Amino acid sequence: MTQPSRAIEAEGLTRVYGSGHVEVVAMRDVSFSLSEGEVVALLGPSGAGKSTLLTIIGLINTLTSGKITIGNDLVMDGPEAKVNLRSYRRRFIGYVLQKANLIPFLTGLENVQLALEINDVSGRPARLRAMELLEYLGVGNRANNLPHMLSGGEQQRVAVARALANKPRLVLADEPTAALDSARGRQVMELFRTLAHEQGTTVLVATHDHRALDVFDRILEMEDGTLRSNHKNGPKEIDP
Amino acid sequence: MNLAIRDIRHNLSRFSLTALGIGMLLMLVMGMGGIYQGLIEDATLMVDRIGANLWVVQYATRGPFAEISRIPRNLEDRLRAVPGVKSARAFVTYVVQREYRKKPLRMQVQGLSWPEDKGEWLPLVSGRALGAAHLEMVADKILGPRLGDKVPLGKDVYTVVGITSGMNSTGGDGMAFFTLLDSLAIQFDIPGEAIRLERNARRSRVARIDFGKTQPSLLERAELPSASLPAIASPPVSAVLVQLQAGTDPASVIRTLSGWTDISVFTRQQQEELLLKGVVDRARRQLGLFRALLIIISAIIMALILYTLTLEKVHDIAMLKLIGARNSVILGLILQQALMLGLLGYVFAFYVGKWVFPMFPRRVVVTHDDLLSLAVIVLGISVLSAVLGIWKAMRVEPNEVVS
Repeated sequence: MTQPSRAIEAEGLTRVYGSGHVEVVAMRDVSFSLSEGEVVALLGPSGAGKSTLLTIIGLINTLTSGKITIGNDLVMDGPEAKVNLRSYRRRFIGYVLQKANLIPFLTGLENVQLALEINDVSGRPARLRAMELLEYLGVGNRANNLPHMLSGGEQQRVAVARALANKPRLVLADEPTAALDSARGRQVMELFRTLAHEQGTTVLVATHDHRALDVFDRILEMEDGTLRSNHKNGPKEIDP
Repeated sequence: MNLAIRDIRHNLSRFSLTALGIGMLLMLVMGMGGIYQGLIEDATLMVDRIGANLWVVQYATRGPFAEISRIPRNLEDRLRAVPGVKSARAFVTYVVQREYRKKPLRMQVQGLSWPEDKGEWLPLVSGRALGAAHLEMVADKILGPRLGDKVPLGKDVYTVVGITSGMNSTGGDGMAFFTLLDSLAIQFDIPGEAIRLERNARRSRVARIDFGKTQPSLLERAELPSASLPAIASPPVSAVLVQLQAGTDPASVIRTLSGWTDISVFTRQQQEELLLKGVVDRARRQLGLFRALLIIISAIIMALILYTLTLEKVHDIAMLKLIGARNSVILGLILQQALMLGLLGYVFAFYVGKWVFPMFPRRVVVTHDDLLSLAVIVLGISVLSAVLGIWKAMRVEPNEVVS
């Protein structure tokens, strides 16, 4: 049996805001690694540092110290970016947030297509790929509707389609089910699992929703800016 | 995918209203430029149209438009005798304000030297030039009377035989053209009672002197009409217009006339300069300043509108940055909207102005050069006003969408 290859490795991630007397440590010495095709839940109370971790892994926040390696690329070494972060985000990372955050003046199809066009895939190939994703996620029939004409669940599925448009290595989701009822919330979580297992995408989901934890392969728990536990879903076992 | 167009399509009514507002401002800028240009054209209109080579006016005055000039009509004959002069004709100009059909009728009267000058050079839109020595007039359409209307002026009633367009004075009053004698009759129209009083006064003055006491016939003559008395000069005219023979150097004629101590001579170009630098200069500068202020105000308002439009899109811009959109995508969104706003505003200003400007009481002349320079200005203020929005957009952090 082949070992799944490493998708992301975080070493000693620390983020400190301010300095001197007003120094706030948002995250301290967080280390973990995720494999390709793994669906991981990031748990913890409000203020535990989940969002900080997601924004740092997602390359939209800077590190005070530590290292992030995605695939074989060292992307952050302390506060120094080793790659063009925006370009890297565009090509390798997909985001799903608490709110769908669709561009309000674009249809569902155009929102997905935009992510592709930003990555230099345009015209018919972009339209076909966007449509394929929307149909796969069950919202193909709403492709030409503007976001305000879609339900919360439909919007979130379009947002997932947008996150997946460029076949990212990593999908980061921050409370993606917070605005959904439990049935639709579970549907979205199951969707992540299917995508991860079918397409080999690594999915890291920050959530408060404990009702759908069974869909995750692994659970990271944070508290007070530190990683309290890192265990496979099922019997607790600390990952070395 | 053009984000700017899609955003505009989504907010079409709001964008259209904004463009309408910008358009109104630009129309004002265009109108100011047009009034400014109209002022210059009005000022030089008569001098250009009448086409005289030299303007001979009262000594040491800058007449007849910049100030009052009075010269004897017989100057025409003296000038005709000067070598190089092809023709000389008297010209009268003054402003009257009368009442016509219970409305004020303010006009610049122009007296043409009939029959040499019948006003055939006038830009007639209907009717004809003057065809009789008396009781006919050609009026500009801005004055109100229509073709065939009878306009009472002084003791006479004048028939409108022709209508011109765009013949306005520097003060914005419409022009009316009469024969020279008719224009003098209107100017020096004196009521019967005043004539009687003047004749009595004249008789009393003569009666007081020895010559009057010894010559009774002189007393009788003193009561005759002024025109019958050789001792009383005929009414003066405003200027005499001189046309030179082909190939004559105006400087040589001016040199000759410089020895005449009762007149001043101006070339057509000097007359135009007198009007531009004297009569309309302040108004011209004020309009220019007002126009510059309006351009600055338009730029500020456009910048604020675009800044507000950008503020409303901060979340979307953050999302675009999060998914890795290049700065050019975001910059393009704001800049294209600014340019479209400017373009729509300009088109609106042009078409609405075309409809509205003819209703303005003063002439508005929008030239191609003015339109072109305004287009460049609009392009400039569109780009400049986008800078504030772009500055804001560039400062948006992608993690704003997460928080």
